[in-house]
Amino acid sequence: MLFDERKLEEIRQKKEIWEKEYKSLPKRDIDLTTISGMDIPPLAIPEDLDGFDYLRALGFPGSFPFTRGVYSTMYHGRLWTMRQFAGFGSPEDTNRRFKFLLDQGQTGLSTAFDMPTLMGYDCDHTRARGEVGKEGVSVSSLADMEVLFDGIRLDEVTTSMTINCTASIILAMYLVVAEKQGISWDKLDGTIQNDMLKEFIAQREWICPPRPSVKIVVDMIEFCVKHIPKWHPVSISGYHIREAGSTAVQELAFTLADGIGYVQECIERGINVDDFAPQLSFFFNVHNDFLEEVSKFRAARRMWAKIMRDRFGAKNPKSWMLRTHAQTAGASLTAQQPLNNIVRVAIQALAAVFGGVQSLHTNSMDETLALPTEESVTVALRTQQIIAEESGVVNSIDPLGGSYVIEALTNRMEKEAFDYIKKIDEIGGIIKAIDIGFPQKEIADAAYIYQKELDRGKKVIVGVNKYVTEKERTIPTLRINEEVDKSQKERLREIKRRRNNEAVRRHLGAIVRAAREGKNLMPFIIDAVREYATVGEISDIFREVYGIYRDPGYF
Amino acid sequence: MADQRRVRILIGKAGLDGHDRGAKIVARALRDAGFEVIYTGLHHTPEMIVETAIQEDVDAIGLSILSGAHNYLFPEIIKLLKEKGVDDIVVFGGGIIPKDDIPGLLEKGIKSIFEPGTSTAEIINWVKENVSPRNP
Repeated sequence: MLFDERKLEEIRQKKEIWEKEYKSLPKRDIDLTTISGMDIPPLAIPEDLDGFDYLRALGFPGSFPFTRGVYSTMYHGRLWTMRQFAGFGSPEDTNRRFKFLLDQGQTGLSTAFDMPTLMGYDCDHTRARGEVGKEGVSVSSLADMEVLFDGIRLDEVTTSMTINCTASIILAMYLVVAEKQGISWDKLDGTIQNDMLKEFIAQREWICPPRPSVKIVVDMIEFCVKHIPKWHPVSISGYHIREAGSTAVQELAFTLADGIGYVQECIERGINVDDFAPQLSFFFNVHNDFLEEVSKFRAARRMWAKIMRDRFGAKNPKSWMLRTHAQTAGASLTAQQPLNNIVRVAIQALAAVFGGVQSLHTNSMDETLALPTEESVTVALRTQQIIAEESGVVNSIDPLGGSYVIEALTNRMEKEAFDYIKKIDEIGGIIKAIDIGFPQKEIADAAYIYQKELDRGKKVIVGVNKYVTEKERTIPTLRINEEVDKSQKERLREIKRRRNNEAVRRHLGAIVRAAREGKNLMPFIIDAVREYATVGEISDIFREVYGIYRDPGYF
Repeated sequence: MADQRRVRILIGKAGLDGHDRGAKIVARALRDAGFEVIYTGLHHTPEMIVETAIQEDVDAIGLSILSGAHNYLFPEIIKLLKEKGVDDIVVFGGGIIPKDDIPGLLEKGIKSIFEPGTSTAEIINWVKENVSPRNP
């Protein structure tokens, strides 16, 4: 025990005196719950830590249970990677933005693709009408990927790619681009999101039903373990779960439940847990409620370490480590008084750093209005640089560790999230839970409750339901060049004319056979994209062989 | 006087993006306010939305678009409603829609665009005032 029992008793007695006074005095009309509705003690004391055992609960950075951080040196060894998500318009447009960000001191690339690419349609498909290059960069074939990474040595950057149901195709293209730059695959470092479970739960981009979708994810994990040892083949993501309106505990619980799902599937495939687990990575949201967010990251690390060691019997300490990217909460930004968003993002980014993340994207102030301008994305990046190099918060590792309220919240979130995981286990695992809509409905309920709290004014958003200004100042926003649609279609037409169509047909046929025979699809997809088979052509095979998933439309 | 039938509203997600938090909250708020609500689910084409609107005999369509494709999808739906002779169905919408684009969309026949931060009460009141049963 960290605290002497007699001392604790004395503290308890003194607390009673304080409490009496506190209760007798007038207080503001204040809501003592987190943004997720979790009660916060008005004053935390050692007693709130409930039998706190330092070594078991916290330990030291770089060792089990990693509550204080995954690396022993944390930000003293290396700062987090500042990784701004970018992608819009044509591959040329995004290539220019990448180079601009690298020039500004950004240390990793992060690629946003447009909706047709994400959903498996080429830019000339009728479903792509109006969407080409709008929410991200448009990629239909290897020719687009060659332009996207033109002049960027793939062994000198780490690249993150946010793509899921078509991730296998895009990763294949990335590997071929590396090949053409003369770089061997074992030199490549980066992450592909490729988390299909959270697609069904929250982000909602899919082609086929959950089972075959997860099969392809496992194919990619298996392939990366063998051929791209530095690559993170899946980034298990809570970000979108939170954006869809979940509470912080639900984000924590469903993300780790998804992680458990993948680990289970990989083990069933026959991959040794310690061979793939060190390559798994995570991606969390970082929202407005500072104390809750810092606690969430700490709880996540401790939970994953326990899950991997105790539930799956992983032996390699690297398998126990939850390494995570974080992004400030897009849904927390407001269209009203957009400059206020800079402040929100700064507070959220600070929480991520106190939470010990490995990489961070800070949103730009204009993202509720459009994709960010060069100026706004620079301010967002500078926010991270100011935290890293001016604020001094990186000088001490896990500086909020030991704070009574932070430790109490960390414990509580862990307990509540494990309760959810237990419930999912009882349902029969995360895929079954998704099939019956369990996480989806829990999130929709939480989102609705929060909206009602906003409408009632119980929760405040400055500039939206409080401190509203009549005359709104407008800020400049990015417009997507409407010519992108035309130029992308032209490039695709040209590629389809110039490529070896006989070879394309042969390789597409090989993917169909491999899919029907249940083989690992990655080698076949790589061969096909090398011959400029398109995202749409390969996705059509998924649709044909595995079927199409339809939204059950829970609300 | 016979009971007027309840106002029926289709909440639609056109296009490929999966941002359905807003659509689902609005659907639920309208249902809780006493309207009959049908929600399409995700990834519908303009053709599918208009088809559903006719089949379900709705009085209004509320569209949620956050993919940047609003300048294509909204007018396309208005055009299809006209072609099918059901342009008395009131169309409103919301999502990530830049202020500069709103006047053009209103001109094309969208009755109202709700910007981010709109309360559900505001949408409910607007529907009460602007939508009534087409075939009472």
